[in-house]
Amino acid sequence: MDYNTLRHFADSWGLLAMTVFFIGAVLFALRPGSRESAEQAAQIPLKED
Amino acid sequence: MKYGFEVILLALGAFIALLGVAFAHDSQFGAHMWVLFFALAAGAIVLMRTSSYSPVDILAEDKSAYMDGPVRYGVVATVFWGVAGLLVGVIVAAQLAFPDLNIEPWLNLGRLRPLHTSAVIFAFGGNALIATSFYVVQRTSRARLFGGDLAWYVFWGYQLFIVMAATGYLLGITQSREYAEPEWYVDIFLTIVWVAYLIVFLGTILNRKEPHIYVANWFYLSFIITIAMLHVVNNLAVPASFLGSKSYSLFAGVQDALTQWWYGHNAVGFFLTAGFLGMMYYFVPKQANRPVYSYRLSIIHFWSLIFLYIWAGPHHLHYTALPDWAQTLGMVFSIMLWMPSWGGMINGLMTLSGAWDKIRTDPIIRMMVIAIAFYGMSTFEGPMMSIKAVNSLSHYTEWTIGHVHSGALGWNGMITFGAIYFLVPRLWGRERLYSMRMVTWHFWLATLGIVVYAAVMWVAGITQGLMWREYNEQGFLVYSIAESVAAMKPYYIVRTIGGLMYLAGALVMAWNIYMTIRGHVREEEPMPGAAPVLQPAQ
Repeated sequence: MDYNTLRHFADSWGLLAMTVFFIGAVLFALRPGSRESAEQAAQIPLKED
Repeated sequence: MKYGFEVILLALGAFIALLGVAFAHDSQFGAHMWVLFFALAAGAIVLMRTSSYSPVDILAEDKSAYMDGPVRYGVVATVFWGVAGLLVGVIVAAQLAFPDLNIEPWLNLGRLRPLHTSAVIFAFGGNALIATSFYVVQRTSRARLFGGDLAWYVFWGYQLFIVMAATGYLLGITQSREYAEPEWYVDIFLTIVWVAYLIVFLGTILNRKEPHIYVANWFYLSFIITIAMLHVVNNLAVPASFLGSKSYSLFAGVQDALTQWWYGHNAVGFFLTAGFLGMMYYFVPKQANRPVYSYRLSIIHFWSLIFLYIWAGPHHLHYTALPDWAQTLGMVFSIMLWMPSWGGMINGLMTLSGAWDKIRTDPIIRMMVIAIAFYGMSTFEGPMMSIKAVNSLSHYTEWTIGHVHSGALGWNGMITFGAIYFLVPRLWGRERLYSMRMVTWHFWLATLGIVVYAAVMWVAGITQGLMWREYNEQGFLVYSIAESVAAMKPYYIVRTIGGLMYLAGALVMAWNIYMTIRGHVREEEPMPGAAPVLQPAQ
């Protein structure tokens, strides 16, 4: 496994995997029905001291 | 409390340090091991004297409550190292304006400059991050810190790292990597402390009673993990001798330079940005008593920051031997960072929506708001400077110094001050701070100090950049380097004044915090509009 194998992997499958993960994370954050759970999570620091 | 095990460990460490003195390969290593010996011996003696051997442990603390001891120590250490680091900053600024202030060999600019950067970033910022992360993770997980006294090891181990790093610089021990100057043996020690920090933090999250992991903890965790990775890879080096202070990097040439700036820029991204965003996402909602503006935006903020920041490092190496495509990659990712940065800034500021009057009535909120504003401004300026055309003017000039300070003083400093003002009355069970008026004084001294500092450095940097690239019609350079240095003198003097104002603000804070911890409350007029004025019954 030399430099060239690594970089070709990085700019093909590696790039694809990271892009898919990122888009997936954004879509998951914006999925229908996430608003309510997000509002609950936002209250965590205010619940107690 | 009995500290038998700890005392033995410290005494053993002190003995090993003494062996290090005896068999040192070079005199600097020997001197450094003396420092280590005295630090560890002092620690052992203090622990022996504070051990109590009564059969009933009257000082035993409640093991079910939150563990706030290391947080209290961390807040005091933050204030102490903050004042120390800013003071050294003012000294090096004065040395640039008045070179006679360089005192050879220990106190010249070359040795004091890393002392300043490490003191403010790692000692002040690092203690602030460790202390606030311990506070926040317990409250948002509703669980006690994991690992018992391991949190104390993290605190004291980190202080020992700071002392070893700082004294090493003054002795001339450096591996010449910016923001990673400590030599190999100090690096190894920091790695151990950092792993302990990760265990405490992650263990607390795993023990949580709150089903969801609050977003502040995501930011803190990414900061801890990424710094571990950056620190280990950037400091891969071969010591020249077993008991010597010199090592050589595993990488060479441009690979070495890129590794260094991959580390350097991500130290900005994950130490000075992600970690402090963790602070923002907890302390701004707490102080404003409102939930964060958009929790979903904070999740997107997190993932975009993680995915983009790690690629931005090559913008430190524009127009060098680094391949062109890598320079362009660094530039493009830096520009894309505008999105998460401004998304985060909007999220922080809009948390106050519907409660904007608090900026007028609550000096602590005002401090946090100016911090977020500086976060927005410096993360706008940074990507702009990473554009190659702009960088050809700005690189190696004082503009960069101005940019770094608007981020460090404005964003990191101000959000930390806000968090400290929030924490101290709660940690020591005081009704309120000693003085709210002094917070206002601190706010204005610091803000004006930054404005003076940044404005002067812009003018200085652009002057420098233009002088360096000025050709005459025959194609010769118009100015010598010495002429551009001479042109800097007035700016350097005014910059020192800006730094002095910021330091003065920090001293006001130190006094305020000291008096609050001692339990004093200053008699003063309340902030206008802070509390409804009660009218006597008619």
